[in-house]
Amino acid sequence: MELKRVVVTGLGALTPLGNNVAEYWNGLANGVSGAAPITRFDASKFKTQFACEVKGYDPEKYFDRKEARKMDLFSQFAMVVAEEAVQDAKLIDSNVDPDRVGVIWGSGIGGLRTFQEECVNFANGDGTPRFNPFFIPKMIADISAGHISIKYGFRGPNFVTVSACASATNAIIDSFNYIRLGMADVVVTGGSEAAVTEAGIGGFNALKALSERNDSPESASRPFDKDRDGFVLGEGAGALILEEYEHAKARGAKIYAEVIGGGMSADAYHITAPHPEGLGALNVMKNVLRDANIKPEEVDYINVHGTSTPLGDISEVKAIQTVFGDHAYKLNISSTKSMTGHLLGAAGAIEAIAAIMAIKNSLVPPTINHFTDDESFDAGLNFTFNKAQEREVKVALSNTFGFGGHNTSVLFRQFID
Amino acid sequence: MSEIAEKVKAIIIDKLGVEESEVTPEASFTNDLGADSLDTVELIMEFEKEFNVSIPDDQAENIATVGQAISYLEEHAK
Repeated sequence: MELKRVVVTGLGALTPLGNNVAEYWNGLANGVSGAAPITRFDASKFKTQFACEVKGYDPEKYFDRKEARKMDLFSQFAMVVAEEAVQDAKLIDSNVDPDRVGVIWGSGIGGLRTFQEECVNFANGDGTPRFNPFFIPKMIADISAGHISIKYGFRGPNFVTVSACASATNAIIDSFNYIRLGMADVVVTGGSEAAVTEAGIGGFNALKALSERNDSPESASRPFDKDRDGFVLGEGAGALILEEYEHAKARGAKIYAEVIGGGMSADAYHITAPHPEGLGALNVMKNVLRDANIKPEEVDYINVHGTSTPLGDISEVKAIQTVFGDHAYKLNISSTKSMTGHLLGAAGAIEAIAAIMAIKNSLVPPTINHFTDDESFDAGLNFTFNKAQEREVKVALSNTFGFGGHNTSVLFRQFID
Repeated sequence: MSEIAEKVKAIIIDKLGVEESEVTPEASFTNDLGADSLDTVELIMEFEKEFNVSIPDDQAENIATVGQAISYLEEHAK
């Protein structure tokens, strides 16, 4: 069967750099850091006392009080960005059949704060089980897709993908696949995460995964820098409207870019450490290029996973050099996590948006916080350090990898009819 | 109005997000105040916590209006 073409017709973002797509892109283009001391709880006893939180978020601006109380923050974030994207794509349209609109969302963890609060309440009680009836439906990761479908009446395929930090990219790839197979006309996809809680920071601290640079939060996320010491936890959400091309064209939708390939692989190596030679990363990039049927030389920009951990950054770059050969020197490479922090299951969504906006604006957002070269990296590579670079981006690749050894890549191309 | 009635009304206003004027003795949680089955369970739990009582399920089924909640709690609150 002939596969259908899939295009992006709407975007939404709620990020540590800004609370909509325009603000987010403005932050990326200007190399702004979203890191600051933690405000969501008293972190004074934690090894890491800063994070990339969403700023100025007021749930009452988006929800009535009763509605907000029944949603964990990760679901609220999902609803906010879905609304921006649905409006952007003008999806509430008589030419869109809601039975053919799916919601495929991603979240690595789901309602961590809800889970933490309910367990604390129980532990502080006398053993009588007084769990709130909304505990489970607030906590479960899939409820985000459920809430979005209920709000808009979208009755197509509906679920959430869970693959840690690769979750949202898995959601985007699934959405791409369902549409190109003809199983839906439109899918609201993306991801959300809200894990800046005691359990989230404490848990990642125990893994030695987080930067502990408390004296300088804004310079802590420094992918590819010699003195990088771990990732900075972020929170927020991103939404993309993926749509079958003929459907989008028929209703006159604006088109940001085309989705041309999705790739997946596993490291099959270790629960948290990346494969030292980047074997999974290498395979996933080969897979995505094969799926899109393009040559490595056609790629202009890679928005890397690049979390600012000592090992992860090295194995990903090794994989890029193996897959792209000499063309690696002509690529722009950047880690926007240097600005946003690591949004875990939502990372793939906001980074896909960064890649699409790079295509649209002919501007590659930077890897900020580069102070000292690390001899582990080939000096001939262009990591887009510290300042955005103007460049026509015809094809952009976004990589995301998750604990468990899950690897995902997605390719976007400048839209040409 | 009794202190219990005041507290019951405050819980209902908070949990169901309704206006004080809507919380009349005859008002049904589901038919008039927009509660679904989960909201009703949550309300009963809040009453148990606030008034330090345990409301058995078969009795909870009979608490469907604001007035029924107030009279049950006036009778059973410790």
